[in-house]
Amino acid sequence: MIAFNNVSKQYGDTAVLSDITFKVAPGEFISIVGKSGAGKSTIIKLLIGEDQPTRGRVLVGSYEVNKLKPDELPQLRRKVGIVFQDFKLLPTKTAYENIAFALEVEGRAQEEIEELVPQMLDLVGLADKKDNFPDELSGGMKQRVAIARAMIHRPAVIVADEPTGNLDHVNANEIMNLLLKINELGTTVVLATHSKDIVNKLRKRVVALENGKIIRDDARGNYEL
Amino acid sequence: MATTFFRILKFGLQNFSRNGLLSATTTVIMVLAILVFNGLTIFGVISNSAVASLQDKIDISVYFKSAAPEDDIVKLEHALQSLSEVRAVEYISSEKALAIFKQNHDSDDTISQALAELQTNPLLASLNIKAKDPNMYPTIAGYLETDQLKPIIEKVTYGENKEAIDRLARIIDTVRVAGVGITIFLALVAVLVTFNTIRLAIYSNREELGVMRLVGASNKFINGPYVVAGVIYGLLAALAGIIVSTPLIVFISPYVHAFIPDLSLSAYLGSHVPQFVFYQLFFGVALGATSAAVAVRRYLKI
Repeated sequence: MIAFNNVSKQYGDTAVLSDITFKVAPGEFISIVGKSGAGKSTIIKLLIGEDQPTRGRVLVGSYEVNKLKPDELPQLRRKVGIVFQDFKLLPTKTAYENIAFALEVEGRAQEEIEELVPQMLDLVGLADKKDNFPDELSGGMKQRVAIARAMIHRPAVIVADEPTGNLDHVNANEIMNLLLKINELGTTVVLATHSKDIVNKLRKRVVALENGKIIRDDARGNYEL
Repeated sequence: MATTFFRILKFGLQNFSRNGLLSATTTVIMVLAILVFNGLTIFGVISNSAVASLQDKIDISVYFKSAAPEDDIVKLEHALQSLSEVRAVEYISSEKALAIFKQNHDSDDTISQALAELQTNPLLASLNIKAKDPNMYPTIAGYLETDQLKPIIEKVTYGENKEAIDRLARIIDTVRVAGVGITIFLALVAVLVTFNTIRLAIYSNREELGVMRLVGASNKFINGPYVVAGVIYGLLAALAGIIVSTPLIVFISPYVHAFIPDLSLSAYLGSHVPQFVFYQLFFGVALGATSAAVAVRRYLKI
């Protein structure tokens, strides 16, 4: 379970998040929507320990993220798969190596890696691109590699920050279908987006932000601000 | 543990080979640093030899009255040898002095005839004293000028050569200080240039470091491969440094030998191969690994 309890975040005098409280149940698919600067990316950053709240508590499973020390963060990040708008693939590693890296840092056995990575490449439809470097792949392919990397260690939660922001309509739909499929398999998905089309198609829970505050939290919502 | 170590090693080799141009540039800069290091080592050997050779030319001689008993001279020789300032004392009896003089003037008939006509040996017994440091000659001369020794001593050459000895002592001191100063300065420049080159190479990968962190890599998994790459830069640079330096040292050896006859750089190199190889490898590897570890640290806070 994920929980934000009275979380506020300030940068200097500017309040980016004010008293945010919400919970995400295991297996849920939640979209966090809002205009640019509403605080969506800050929520994602607090969720993965990339930043610390000024006040309040952020819980992910058994981890109280706001209290984690820098050397404890890798443990959390191995339990949460992260997908970014700009893919954040390692440019000097092939598609296969990018996905395998997530298992290698966990210390998984080589045999296990050699079994799991091809399966995951198959799942995202990139088996024939395993030896390509990121700059040899299209935007949609890069994002599929990023999702495969996020999924390879079978995390309980996938956090996606504007995953379709750099993609065309067709590729964006493919990526969303992939996230839905992942969610159907039992993984919690937290999606931050400002794409109205995507949110309206999903018909899933929507938390809407405005000026760092939650203005709506609908179980089957639309993109309305 | 072993798996992690081998993965770090594999990623380090990948970093090195897949960033070909960057790796080549960094290695070339490190080769230059190693060559500076070699130049400083050779400069140290040459200046030490020059100083030692200069120092060896300085001594003071004590000439004894012809009536001075040999026992007293030998006692003084032992007393001088026990002084902490003294490096060596050589006793030259009047007979030995005459033999040396004859040998030196073997070809001069006039001197040979004059000596033959003399019934007695005109040369005095003496002690040649070499100090550990040229600055210690005044102390030794002071010891020899005590009233107790006056009855047996004819003269001490220090007074006559004082100015020359002092000047040589000053030159030796200056060479030493300048040598240490230049070595520290150039070594610092070489270290800073190398460090900055490696830092720039890692700076160009800073986003990658952040991504690794977000994917759940621990710090050792992130900085380990860069340290491995730093070690590879250092190893390759040291090997290239050895390949370039060796023929250069052999080439300049005769020129240095003409300047300092006691020194043969080729022979020195031949007798110091393990040290020569070890110091370069150590310098290269330590510099590469430390620079990489320090440079990566600042990107590990995400």
